[in-house]
Amino acid sequence: MKTRYSYGGDEHIFVEVDEEMSLDAFFKSLSITNAVRDSAIEGVTEICPANASFQIKYDPDVIAPEDLLARLKSLESAAETAEKRISTRIVEIPVYYNDPWTHETLMRFRDRHQDPSGTDLDYAARVNGYETAEDFIVAHHSSPWFVSMVGFVSGLPFLYQLVERERQLQVPKYLRPRTDTPKLTVGYGGCFSCIYSVRGAGGYQMFGITPMPIYDPTQEVNYLKDFMVFFKPGDIVKWNPIDRDEYDRICAEVEAGTFTPRMAEVEFDLETFNADIDGTNRKLMEALYGA
Amino acid sequence: MALKVLKSGLLTTIQDLGRPGYFHLGIPMGGAMDRMALRSANLLVGNEEDAAALEAVFVGPELEFTADATIAVTGGEIPVRIDGEEKPCWTALAVKAGQKLSFGFLTSGARIYIAVSGGIVTQPYLGSRSTYAIGALGGVDGRAVAAGDELPVGTPKNTVQAGTSVPESLRRKTGTPTELRVLPGLYWHRITEAAQKGFFEDEWMVAPEADRMGYRFKGGRPLEFVEREQPFGAGSDPSNIVDSCYPYGSIQVPGGTEPIVLHRDAVSGGGYFMIGTVISADMDLIGQLQPHMPVKFVPVDMEAALAARADRKAAMGRIRTELAGG
Repeated sequence: MKTRYSYGGDEHIFVEVDEEMSLDAFFKSLSITNAVRDSAIEGVTEICPANASFQIKYDPDVIAPEDLLARLKSLESAAETAEKRISTRIVEIPVYYNDPWTHETLMRFRDRHQDPSGTDLDYAARVNGYETAEDFIVAHHSSPWFVSMVGFVSGLPFLYQLVERERQLQVPKYLRPRTDTPKLTVGYGGCFSCIYSVRGAGGYQMFGITPMPIYDPTQEVNYLKDFMVFFKPGDIVKWNPIDRDEYDRICAEVEAGTFTPRMAEVEFDLETFNADIDGTNRKLMEALYGA
Repeated sequence: MALKVLKSGLLTTIQDLGRPGYFHLGIPMGGAMDRMALRSANLLVGNEEDAAALEAVFVGPELEFTADATIAVTGGEIPVRIDGEEKPCWTALAVKAGQKLSFGFLTSGARIYIAVSGGIVTQPYLGSRSTYAIGALGGVDGRAVAAGDELPVGTPKNTVQAGTSVPESLRRKTGTPTELRVLPGLYWHRITEAAQKGFFEDEWMVAPEADRMGYRFKGGRPLEFVEREQPFGAGSDPSNIVDSCYPYGSIQVPGGTEPIVLHRDAVSGGGYFMIGTVISADMDLIGQLQPHMPVKFVPVDMEAALAARADRKAAMGRIRTELAGG
């Protein structure tokens, strides 16, 4: 890992912790951004962590760019020794894979796809060496995922698969981005899964849809009354495959204000995880579903 | 007091100076594309500079006033009509209850700001009334204004003499071409030296895909990448990176072909490399660019970026002084 600093115009400093994605890079970025927040540096207005990088927005009339850069570099060395451990939660997200709405959308944009003759799931299965889309779907939901960034648009989570790198799914993005994606589409690009929080443009492959809103500016959804955005970096997700009946039932519950996502408080320690990935994931599942 | 919307125009939204503080969740600061024009419009009607006003793009709306008020229209140059009678823009104008405001065709710029004394006082969300349509946040039910809307207006604090105006010399105009100053950086090293040179040599044209999220440009040569093996997680295209944050004003070039400059309703991050950032002093200017207008990107260093920022601040100071004396 080699940290690279760059100015993003006169109001941002952009810091790439590593060119490639890894949980080590995510945790280092998290440690530095936490240190920046704790330092309460005058002139810093926004701290935005990303997957393997982060960005600081500041007012150059309050702090000179080179002074802020020097402060960030000094915080980086302190972050090297920080504990790579967080108190977080694991959340079950219901997914209706291969649903009619993303299917209709992906058929409309076939000319922008690598494989115009198939579906996004068929393509993803093939490039990852799975015989069928069903096998690929199992690979997608059988291990937990880690929210390593929230952004793009309102509250959209990027999720990183908690398995060894050799087992991680990778799927190229669309050749040209779509101009439409159904709200709450579960997507895939590079090594990341995502949930489209709102309807709109997108370049990730489309695998399914969740009935569970994750962004609600009106804050009418019962579990979004405290804040309109559901996810934060560090959340852990377990996809739960559901069928049409279950999808309809959850939609009705959300509408009625009676749906509560299944979730549990957990600790996540990167060293423990790296030492025993399957064991750590088993414990996460136990926390979510009971031993 | 209310503003009745008779015709909405093309895309007219309520904007103030925005809602900084939520970009880490993908909610951009939003607010007026041309902040100096919004500040000026508010000063002309006696409002705080950050009061909410209407931002209209290319085509003005038609509005009716339910009470007497002072209004001002700034930004692009446009014929302003009160009950059909032509009035100047960048000027405090008195309107009577029942009068109608309409517009002719823009003669310069792309966006106008319509401020009314007392400001528009719709419900604020996350500290701002700005409309962020992608996230259905702010404005009127998270959307642009529509015919039939009645926009509530606050109680005026100060009075400004009708006829007071911002002198022509203090209004900023686009050029032929408009020069946008850029601090190279971010993933600048990903393109070849020849491509770096070519980007600044070529003349670019504003593409039709130009909105509050970002402005796309066409017409320059495609950028050639320095060869590398793509890092894990980035995606297969040479213009892909592991999804990162995007600065406001950053210039991403998907596929190396058409640069996109992110603006006030920026997506907060994504997987395309960026070659640098338009400096803060020139962001307002982008908001006044129309499709097909020519643009040159001009490289600057940090010292020049900060000097330009100080210049803009001084210019805003001159407008304040001018209006305080008027």
